[in-house]
Amino acid sequence: MKTKAFQKVYTKIENITKATCTIKAEGVTNEEMAYVDNRPAQVVKINRENVTLQIFPGTQGIATNAEVVFAGKPPTLKVSEELRGRFFNAYGEPIDGGASVEGEEREIGGPSANPVRRKQPSELIATGIAGIDLNNTLVTGQKIPFFADPDQPFNQVMADVALRAKADIIVLGGMGMSNDDYLYYKAVFDNAGALDRIISFINTTEDAPVERLLVPDMCLTAAEYFAQEKQMKVLVLLTDMTLFADALSIVSNRMDQIPSKDSMPGSLYSDLAKIYEKAVQFPEGGSITIIAVTTLSGGDITHAIPDNTGYITEGQLYLRRDTDISKVIIDPFRSLSRLKQLVIGKKTREDHPQLMNTCVRLYADAANAKTKLENGFDLTDYDKRCLDYAKEYSKELLAIDINIDVDKMLNTGWEILGKYFSQDEVGIKKEIMDTYWKGE
Amino acid sequence: MSTKGKVVGIVANLVTIEVDGPVGQNEICYIDLKNVKLMAEVIKITGNIASVQVFESTRGLYVGCDVEFTGRMLEVTLGPGMLSRNYDGLQNDLDKLTGVFLQRGEYSFPLNEEKKWHFTPSAKAGDQVKAADWLGEVTEGWIPHKIMVPFSYKGVGTLKSVVAEGDYTISDTIAVVVNENGEEQELTMTMRWPVKVEVQGFTEKPRPFKVLETGVRTIDTLNPITEGGTGFIPGPFGCGKTVLQHAISKNAEADLIIVVACGERANEVVEIFTEFPELEDPRSGRKLMERTIIICNTSNMPVAAREASVYTGMTIAEYYRMMGLKVLLLADSTSRWAQALREMSNRMEELPGPDAFPMDLSAIVANYYSRSGFVYLNNGETGSITFVGTVSPAGGNLKEPVTESTKKAARCFYALEQNRADSKRYPAIDPIDSYSKYLEYDEVIEYFDDKVEKGWVDKILLLKDMLLRGKETRDQINILGDDGVPIEYHIIFNKAEVIDFCILQQDAFDKVDASTSLTRQQYMVNLILGICNSSYDFDNFEEVNTYFKKVINLIKQMNYQEFQCDGFNTMEQDLHALLKERQLAEFGESERVLDEKRED
Repeated sequence: MKTKAFQKVYTKIENITKATCTIKAEGVTNEEMAYVDNRPAQVVKINRENVTLQIFPGTQGIATNAEVVFAGKPPTLKVSEELRGRFFNAYGEPIDGGASVEGEEREIGGPSANPVRRKQPSELIATGIAGIDLNNTLVTGQKIPFFADPDQPFNQVMADVALRAKADIIVLGGMGMSNDDYLYYKAVFDNAGALDRIISFINTTEDAPVERLLVPDMCLTAAEYFAQEKQMKVLVLLTDMTLFADALSIVSNRMDQIPSKDSMPGSLYSDLAKIYEKAVQFPEGGSITIIAVTTLSGGDITHAIPDNTGYITEGQLYLRRDTDISKVIIDPFRSLSRLKQLVIGKKTREDHPQLMNTCVRLYADAANAKTKLENGFDLTDYDKRCLDYAKEYSKELLAIDINIDVDKMLNTGWEILGKYFSQDEVGIKKEIMDTYWKGE
Repeated sequence: MSTKGKVVGIVANLVTIEVDGPVGQNEICYIDLKNVKLMAEVIKITGNIASVQVFESTRGLYVGCDVEFTGRMLEVTLGPGMLSRNYDGLQNDLDKLTGVFLQRGEYSFPLNEEKKWHFTPSAKAGDQVKAADWLGEVTEGWIPHKIMVPFSYKGVGTLKSVVAEGDYTISDTIAVVVNENGEEQELTMTMRWPVKVEVQGFTEKPRPFKVLETGVRTIDTLNPITEGGTGFIPGPFGCGKTVLQHAISKNAEADLIIVVACGERANEVVEIFTEFPELEDPRSGRKLMERTIIICNTSNMPVAAREASVYTGMTIAEYYRMMGLKVLLLADSTSRWAQALREMSNRMEELPGPDAFPMDLSAIVANYYSRSGFVYLNNGETGSITFVGTVSPAGGNLKEPVTESTKKAARCFYALEQNRADSKRYPAIDPIDSYSKYLEYDEVIEYFDDKVEKGWVDKILLLKDMLLRGKETRDQINILGDDGVPIEYHIIFNKAEVIDFCILQQDAFDKVDASTSLTRQQYMVNLILGICNSSYDFDNFEEVNTYFKKVINLIKQMNYQEFQCDGFNTMEQDLHALLKERQLAEFGESERVLDEKRED
């Protein structure tokens, strides 16, 4: 950041903590950007002439006589078609060696869409993965995270979903992403010939954690440009939101705020909601769909981060390793897509909702049978059939390596049901049974 | 001369202002940011420094911004024309705001100022009136909207004049009232009222006694809520809180539904916007939207306005209650409101209570719930506000402050259970943990005896006992194994499953099954009690399971049929034939137990 002629330069810092510094300055506005010794910073607190700045890369080596320059505006991103195919850091500066992007300069983290100007999402996103399309159908304008342990292959599934989803633009927001994963995404998109549809804002593990806070807003500002002005279908991938929330707690801690559950700031819910609620279906046709990753620690979803996320997002997807078939599956019990009701049985075949629920219910019966087996009890004939059913259901429909269309999924479902159960046992509405039942 | 001030400090949406005159707690002020007026509420005063929470983003605010105080608390404007409207938490009409995005500092008047309403007076010159007395009415949609003396009117006044029947706008004078000191006041069809103050002006608030039908069986049959009652629905995410609330709002027999979307998902509100104008109210045949008001403060809208939204909803509900209407107020979710309180308390650096919530959370929640209720108005008419709130407990743990505070205040508890939701047993209301205190009210028992049948509540308690026994035997079977318990255990367990699958579970997305009338529920309870009270003949437990699966399947198919249509009747015959195969005695326990109770 070059100092412009009319800008006043401050050189007397009063107070320095690990992430913030305080100076005396005048005419400063809230949330304005500043540069402290050329490091990007943002105004977080003003008390008369005392201005507290949060320095994104940290305050190591900052001296009390460091130069402080105010930018006179909040963080911005220049948006235009030129963004396509480019890689940026958390400040929106190119990291791919290319030139800076020219375009309309927009403040990031802008206002939210008026609810009455939104349209109800109704367009199905087909991913070919039956655990998603059949059981937890995704819809444009939806926001949904993967709740996954770090060892699970969520990056692969996300990349698959992104490429199959037929989005016009894919915005990738990497927060605390390892360099290896960053290269993985880059290679997958490149191999698929999709690089010109991708825009990436990457904060890797090598960068300062607090910088991550800017990544989602950068991604969504770019997404809003393409969705609202160009009426495009935009898919935003955010990984990993747990690391984003950790950065929030670092800042709130440095600001001496009283922590609430799990040392997270009391405003965690609002902070996350501001990001996720940018997912929207505009009446003119453009949409923003957000698929995020929230990593869990040992599958614990009661931790404040996944917990608050679950209340904001429209469902969640879980991955689980099914040892019976030696594959990773989309867990049908805990996964949920809240918007599926808008499309299943409407955009898909009429038997979709009932078939899906019945399959999952019987899978639950199988889980009970399994518990019985583990406890050394004799199994009934029904229990045994449930167990066989579960294996086949898991292999043919839940595994993440499946890539078939929705009708095929439904037919497969009916076939498996017919193979193991009688009509009485499935308990589906008669009219539907008459048309689709494939058993005896 | 109103008080003015200047901004001296900013942290997120908490702004401190140096003032030049008197300010009141909860007074509203406007901060002038380069001609954009940002609305804010005073929440703390120290000397000449007022701390205010701003209802908008404070980005770009700077020290020295001018502030103007209004001398009023946060108020809503009440009058004809609120039905079918979509408001934000501060009662701005969202449809009047242009632009796809909500720009800060943009406010809109909640009512239509041009529309002429046909006013029919019911009071006349010379009448003595006091606050909330009816002066006449206009027809709003299909509701007879009473025009009332402002709630803030003090003492008894005499009407000097009332306009003749005719068409008037909301700002035309429709009456002139003279108070005891001879001061005249012109009255229009509108009034203002501060949202955090309960509307008074009714004579009595008795214990609720009338049952409010919701069409949801697990509520109406097992844990009914009353007109003027309070209930809450806690549950982890993904258990169907919102679907359940929507089901209630679609089918409940209220005159008016007010939905407060408080810090929840925008797409859920959009669902209401999209569906309610299409869906029909099963009772009146009119569109659901015509009896609905939506207060919408979604999770990405400013936090402070979220706190205001629940009060805005309650005040509008109170206004309609004073017209003698049955109002159902739904808030989703009250936890978000509590979190908004926590965020502000945190920024004010107050000493935190449990989980960093403010210490007085319990009192605030109790105070809010107490504003609902059944009332007798001054003219002998009745009105009610039934309130159902959802709670989103952190981590699904019901031992957290918001759930605990709410439990103390609400009379009905509808606990949503993860296990039920996982196995798709919707609605996932846990039949064992949930309760309705109203079942203990003598007034309610009498009401049921009269409206449904004598001894109804006893039958309900019997159902509950059977569910509990079913759960206990299931645990036993799980411990001892299918073979390790007598066949009778399997029968008890399966009877509970019949109650669960056929009464409790309900398909909210099926046209017929979505809503069940009380008459049909009575039929079902008697049918199923008949099944559960009979004894059966089986050789082994596998027969038991197969047999009851058939029974359940048949009754479920009946649930999908219109009550007593041909298909339904055929299935009913099939069912009775199926029951005959195994039933030993037609009438068993329930008659006996009830007889014994009567003899006692």
